[in-house]
Amino acid sequence: MPMTLDVVTIERQVLHAEDVDVVVAPGTEGLLGILPNHAPIVTGLAEGVLEIVRGSEREIFAIGGGFMEVRHSHVIVMADAAEHAEEVDLERAQEARQRAEQALAGSTEKVEREEALAALRRAQTRIKVGQKRRSSGSARVG
Amino acid sequence: MPAGQTREIKRRIRSVKNIGKVTRAMEAVSASKMRRAQDATMRSRAYAAKAAEVMAHLRAQNASAQGIHPLLQAHPAGKPGVLLITPDRGLTGGLVLNVIRHAMRATEASIGDDLRWVALGKKGRDFLTRTRSELIGEFTQMPDNPSVLDISPITRLLLDGFQGDDFSSVHVVFADFVTVAKQVPTLTQLLPIAIDESVTVSRSPFEFEPSPEAVLDEVLPRLLELRIYQALLEAQASEHSARMMAMSNATSAAKDLVEDLTLTYNKARQSDITAEILDIAGGAEALRSAS
Repeated sequence: MPMTLDVVTIERQVLHAEDVDVVVAPGTEGLLGILPNHAPIVTGLAEGVLEIVRGSEREIFAIGGGFMEVRHSHVIVMADAAEHAEEVDLERAQEARQRAEQALAGSTEKVEREEALAALRRAQTRIKVGQKRRSSGSARVG
Repeated sequence: MPAGQTREIKRRIRSVKNIGKVTRAMEAVSASKMRRAQDATMRSRAYAAKAAEVMAHLRAQNASAQGIHPLLQAHPAGKPGVLLITPDRGLTGGLVLNVIRHAMRATEASIGDDLRWVALGKKGRDFLTRTRSELIGEFTQMPDNPSVLDISPITRLLLDGFQGDDFSSVHVVFADFVTVAKQVPTLTQLLPIAIDESVTVSRSPFEFEPSPEAVLDEVLPRLLELRIYQALLEAQASEHSARMMAMSNATSAAKDLVEDLTLTYNKARQSDITAEILDIAGGAEALRSAS
């Protein structure tokens, strides 16, 4: 019995799917695999990769922290930012990483460093997700 | 009537027509920007609804247990803070004036007149500077279609100020978009965060990981961010609709003026012709009687 998955950000609904078999989310306490009929839980999410399996398809999202609510067969991911692997612009992500690295090297103020670090993490996640798309193509999950 | 006058009227007709073209174009631009702001508001509703549910579960969970989260309770240190959202630019009819007037009256009526201000938008900033209000932050040139990243500096300023000793509470004044012809200046409280009590769940079966408090720590700042974001979108939709109405009025005023001027022009032209004919006829008559 598949699950329903909603991925929403403040700006838009990124995904609504009713045929999801597995969700693997980057929880603040570590990776969290959700199968149908999971116990209800609310957890924080870290910056990272959200993977879902729909039938024989695997889909990947870059998400930027947030939280997730799981009811028996309904998963709601409320992310600060979320991008489907297909949407990730690798070039732009790489540029963003360079900018963040420069900002990090050039700044001494705490707030500035934190912001640069966050930007760097975001860029790295997006690059990772973008490359996964490229290498896996139509990957299968056994 | 001298020929110079008809030329002058013709010139004015042309310039008024050009103004009408410009205002019509601005009307169309504002209409599309307004729609985009409205669409963005709709898109953020999914998140808002889910967030309200999660909050309801959290409330059911620790209805009686533990202390209240710092972002949910008022504290006495500091002064009330107000975020004033206005347009950067004019040509919006009475919108800016209405928002500012409401900001002054409503805050005085409900939270006093000793306030710390944060301006989002040039018009509000200029007003607060002119009246020498205590302005502790200003943000201008917010893009159309703002992203959450665009407002995160504002969220941080308000949050830090509330957690520190700057703000005892935080409010926002913005123009709520009701219809194209109606924008209502609104004052609402941001901090401490008021929870929508109408969403209820019987009992929360949820496990909170790592703990309800930790989840609350994650959820509350995002709720604040969401509310600021939505207020900004409402303000932008209002700005664009007000500008659209102003430009639509200007366009029809230009049209009326062109009609009036055309009438005057035709009268002038006809009286020129009449004068000329009289001239010729008079001349011919004079010639005949002379011979």
